[in-house]
Amino acid sequence: MSEMRNYTLNFGPQHPAAHGVLRLILELDGEVIERADPHIGLLHRGTEKLAESKPYNQSIGYMDRLDYVSMMCNEHAYVMAIEKMLGLEVPERAKYIRVMFDEITRILNHLLWLGTHALDVGAMSVFLYAFREREKLIDCYEAVSGSRMHATYYRPGGVYRDLPDKMPQYLESKLRSKEELKEMNKNRQGSLLEFISDFAENFPESIDQYSGLLTENRIWKQRLVNIGVVSADRAKQLGFTGPMLRGSGVEWDLRKTQPYSVYDQLEFDIPVGVTGDCYDRYLVRMEEMRQSCHLIKQCVRWLKSNAGPVMSDDHKVSPPNRGDMKDDMESLIHHFKLFTEGYCLPEGEVYSAVEAPKGEFGVYLVSDGANKPYRVKLRAPGFPHLASIDEMAKGHMLSDVVTIIGTQDIVFGEIDR
Amino acid sequence: MWQGFVDFVHQSLPWFDGGLAVVIIILIKGVTLILPLIIMMAYMTYAERKVIGYMQLRIGPNRVGPIGLLQPFADVFKMMFKEIIFPTKANVYLFVLAPILAFVPAIAIWAVIPLGQDFYITNLDISLLYVLAIGSVGVYGIILAGWASNSKYPLLGALRSASLLVSYEIVIGFVVVTVVMAASSVNLNEIVSSQSGGIWNWYWIPLFPMMIVFWISALAETNRAPFDVVEGESEIAGGTHVEYSGMCFALFFMAEYINMIMMAALAVLMFFGGWHSPFEGVPYLQEFFAFVPDIMWLLGKMSFFLFLYLWIRATFPRYRYDQIMRLCWKVFLPLTIVWIMVVALMTQLHLGPWF
Repeated sequence: MSEMRNYTLNFGPQHPAAHGVLRLILELDGEVIERADPHIGLLHRGTEKLAESKPYNQSIGYMDRLDYVSMMCNEHAYVMAIEKMLGLEVPERAKYIRVMFDEITRILNHLLWLGTHALDVGAMSVFLYAFREREKLIDCYEAVSGSRMHATYYRPGGVYRDLPDKMPQYLESKLRSKEELKEMNKNRQGSLLEFISDFAENFPESIDQYSGLLTENRIWKQRLVNIGVVSADRAKQLGFTGPMLRGSGVEWDLRKTQPYSVYDQLEFDIPVGVTGDCYDRYLVRMEEMRQSCHLIKQCVRWLKSNAGPVMSDDHKVSPPNRGDMKDDMESLIHHFKLFTEGYCLPEGEVYSAVEAPKGEFGVYLVSDGANKPYRVKLRAPGFPHLASIDEMAKGHMLSDVVTIIGTQDIVFGEIDR
Repeated sequence: MWQGFVDFVHQSLPWFDGGLAVVIIILIKGVTLILPLIIMMAYMTYAERKVIGYMQLRIGPNRVGPIGLLQPFADVFKMMFKEIIFPTKANVYLFVLAPILAFVPAIAIWAVIPLGQDFYITNLDISLLYVLAIGSVGVYGIILAGWASNSKYPLLGALRSASLLVSYEIVIGFVVVTVVMAASSVNLNEIVSSQSGGIWNWYWIPLFPMMIVFWISALAETNRAPFDVVEGESEIAGGTHVEYSGMCFALFFMAEYINMIMMAALAVLMFFGGWHSPFEGVPYLQEFFAFVPDIMWLLGKMSFFLFLYLWIRATFPRYRYDQIMRLCWKVFLPLTIVWIMVVALMTQLHLGPWF
């Protein structure tokens, strides 16, 4: 009798379902997974080390590039850490803007997750339908920050600038007729807030469309139900956060349990799953998108009726008025010093965490009193999720590994950092 | 039609006779069928990209030629000039043999498929059996490709395809048995003739469940979504095609699309009255549509089924490999066997509304 060996498969890093650069060593018995061993580090850029040699404000942009599909949430954790350390009070309007963009970011992230998850399981069209809506939200990013992805919009003490009064419109082009152009610009006539509120009104319909394609689809259910089950206790032991934890039935959401910004003044629900399989996590995320939509509506209502500053008036962290700089020497010096040397934090350490779309995103900051951090440690939610892939995939088939990678919503920017 | 052509050749060139004439006439027949078939296949890829594109809020190819109509030719030229890469550890002979083995049966099946009343290459008495027999040779191409590549993903794809195709062939075989019983013939021409006389005489009504089973099995047999586990783009990254490039890959690709067209033709011939007009027996419409040649009806019905392929592909997630097997052995097989009994009783005892 010949010797029997397991079939070792090198899954990735160039694999369509590897979500970037995941390298997974799979040991297969036929098609059944015996062992799944993730190898990480292919997207390591040394963010934590880089932050040690830069003034605080210059690292905000690195936070965008960690989890590059939930950009502003990462920024939020970082600027909150600095604010905590400085004891800085953020204007109310800036808080609402932040919460609104956090929730926009959550929808952005969940839409990308939905599209890629469905694509991994084999449903192609959902991906493009998700990107149709995503495009609008990315336009909101562009409207406030000038950048479609890496916004660098949040600053210690508030946000970079107030929301624009005018939503940018599509320009004429030989690719589209006058009527098409008019149709495309129909909801872009007013301010950014009106555009966002229009989006929040219509987005639940799009969610219905996605769930119409997937939720009750027999094939979709066969592929997701009872795949990658994690019990509530085990999920806590593994360090799960976010939808991965709530899918297992644990009611834990930093927005509720330790509210930051203005989440305690807003009304929203936390969806939780029952069995902790891929299907429950799918339902949890779908409901979270609806709740985010609800939150955005509340923020828009508040922002429309309450004007005010969006940046703290503590001039240690906030830049001077642009007009003053033209004819006031002191303001020019202030601007120059702030953007080159930055500001110093008191000695000490701080941990601040936000409920990022993927889970708890935390920033642990140690300061020795200089104008740059002594040490930054980033807690990426995806890391413990990926670490559990062996446990979740064992005994399932090769196709289910793809489903599990999809349900974990892995982004390598944050895992490799 | 063909007979007329042959007679014409013999009359106009009396000296041109014997074995050579037969060979040349067969060659002409073959080319007149295969060329349009290949063009049809090429435009099937174009239709797929366009149809799925519009379903997904895109516009599909529109650069090469007006509205992208020359795109298939651009693809063909690209494929022809691409290098065929042989993996270091591959068995070169088997590696080259595999795509040929997939392509040749796909073409060979068309020898017996009638496209109109007298429009076929051969009228084999057992043409349906021929279709089943030649159709199952194609699977060797895929298995061989997976084995000869000497690579891991192709091997997984080959394993999947071997079990998948063999299982669904059984189901298709049983479905064909019900059709054969209903028509009391294994000849495709006669199966179609027995469905003449209007839309209610087509077999999709008495054999309705079988029609559904046949179509789902046809999807699986041609490795199309939602049963495309053999390629399984997001799982095994292209399966048996991973190591293939250039014309070798193109042959697999062409075989897949020609098989799709063949399955659509078979569905129409067996269940939807082949080239018969749907208005047969309807008082005014029958005369009104009398000018339409019968091949147009056949092609029209086929294009509906080909559209179904694309529609299904754009809509459904992919089955898992073991779920496909369960569907085959635990659902379709019992269903078809029961329905064979039902049809047998109905035809023998002249029971029921149809027989």
